Amino acid sequence: MIQVLAFYLFAVTAVIAGVMVVFSRNPVHSVLWLIFAFFSSAGLFVMMGAEFLAMLLMIVYVGAVAVLFLFVVMMLDVDFAELRGRVAEYLPIGLAIGLVMLMQLSFGFLAWQEVDAARPAETMARGVGNAHQLGEVIYTKYVYAFQASGLILLVAMIGAIVLTLRHREGVKKQSVMSQLYRDPKEAVVMRDVKPGGSL
Amino acid sequence: MDEFLTFLTIVGQCLLVLVCLLISLAFLLYMDRKVWAAVQLRRGPNVVGPWGLLQSFADFLKFVMKEIVIPAGADRTVFLLAPMITFVLAVIAWVVIPFSEGWVISDLNVGILYLFAISSLGVYGVIMGGWAANSKYPFLGGLRSAAQMVSYEVSIGFVIVTVLLMVGSLNLSDIVLAQSSDWGLVGWYFWKQPVMFVVFFISALAETNRPPFDLPEAESELVAGYQVEYSSTPYLLFMIGEYMNIVMMCALTTILFFGGWLSPIPGLPDGALWFILKIIFFFFLFSMVKAIVPRYRYDQLMRIGWKVFLPLSLAFVVITAGVMKGFDIDPWTMTEEAHEMGRGVGLPPELDLEPVVEPEKIEAVLPSEAS
Repeated sequence: MIQVLAFYLFAVTAVIAGVMVVFSRNPVHSVLWLIFAFFSSAGLFVMMGAEFLAMLLMIVYVGAVAVLFLFVVMMLDVDFAELRGRVAEYLPIGLAIGLVMLMQLSFGFLAWQEVDAARPAETMARGVGNAHQLGEVIYTKYVYAFQASGLILLVAMIGAIVLTLRHREGVKKQSVMSQLYRDPKEAVVMRDVKPGGSL
Repeated sequence: MDEFLTFLTIVGQCLLVLVCLLISLAFLLYMDRKVWAAVQLRRGPNVVGPWGLLQSFADFLKFVMKEIVIPAGADRTVFLLAPMITFVLAVIAWVVIPFSEGWVISDLNVGILYLFAISSLGVYGVIMGGWAANSKYPFLGGLRSAAQMVSYEVSIGFVIVTVLLMVGSLNLSDIVLAQSSDWGLVGWYFWKQPVMFVVFFISALAETNRPPFDLPEAESELVAGYQVEYSSTPYLLFMIGEYMNIVMMCALTTILFFGGWLSPIPGLPDGALWFILKIIFFFFLFSMVKAIVPRYRYDQLMRIGWKVFLPLSLAFVVITAGVMKGFDIDPWTMTEEAHEMGRGVGLPPELDLEPVVEPEKIEAVLPSEAS
């Protein structure tokens, strides 16, 4: 009973939040709704017995990715009211992308078979948590795919650094080590200043 | 009906923890101010109640009675939502904290990840509050805080990983039980990972925006940072949430490095009292740091987070994993001791037989023999 209630609660809030991402007028509100949508999907993951995935969704998407989104949207100086006035221009391409994604989803849904409805129950019976089960396959069966995805992320990271790193001339920087090793004997000079005189 | 009863029990447990937490928080706040005052040779709060013990309750009443002021240009909904989010997130983290063996509302299998997720959500209260006030100082404070919390979460995550490698479980009760030994405090992970403990403690200071890392609310630069425009109950919620996060971090330090509810002296019984004493000790350390250490500059803060703590904690993850692999040390949940306690994972060591030849391999052999 409570399970069913919780499922509908999360499902409905996820859908509503998703709709509000698109329709809210303020871009910051959009991002906040997006975070709410992530949150509801994490709840759905927990209900399916995939608590590890749910926590990763929260940590990675809500805790890190969405914070950066919010950062960028808050600091962007874009006149969103003007962009909204030109909705008609973007409508065809938006609809096209939406249609493609809908088709992909429906293909995926049609090909999907319910292999074993009692999967979560089996997990509980073995007394082995989600994280252990994932570890058992990721580091053995799928180790090459896992390493490859790690490499792709590394390349993306290095790419981002290379694209944004600029060496500017004439910028004053501080050297922390030389600051730490400053000695009062070298840095301070005692002078005896006579009244009325100067250095 | 049975389900309803379970539901009621859970609600009761939650209320009990919440009430105990709020009352103890009032006295911890008092302690914070007293320690701070003592370091500066002042008396601190000493008027309300005996020795000023009821000061926090008087402050509470004062906060609640005052008028809520909302700036004219503010985004009302987000402005009022922000302190609520901070408060709620600070409270729901306590669901997975084991006060003693079995004294936990939800003994989640991914407990530590849950805590990590909740603490990474904490940044939203700050950044939403800073943005919604529609004012310069709060906005700058919110941005600073967001950057700071995201940076230090990374090293906190790696510190947690080093402990998890030794435990072999994400369950908080498992982490505490793994530190039990016949010699009291000898088994605590503090002795195995002293460097990581220091990194964790300092990162916890930064994560909770405490001095010396309280740049989001640096009064000499930003008045009060993201809290400038807040008054009355919303401000109170921010403050309670902040202090509850601090106590949360003290509890997490206790669980990860100081054996949770385990007794430090062999022979004395384990129990929630030890856990509470350890939390109070770490809270005392937090207060002392606040009283003694001057504030960092923002670039220094970022430098420590990214250039010192991150490489250090990453190196210790590799070292811990390498030592465990090299010396063939099993994580705690795979030892006999864990299996005796019913907390083990996989087959018990004495049953760990030679692996049977896998069926695929047999089939792979057969055709070649046939040819």
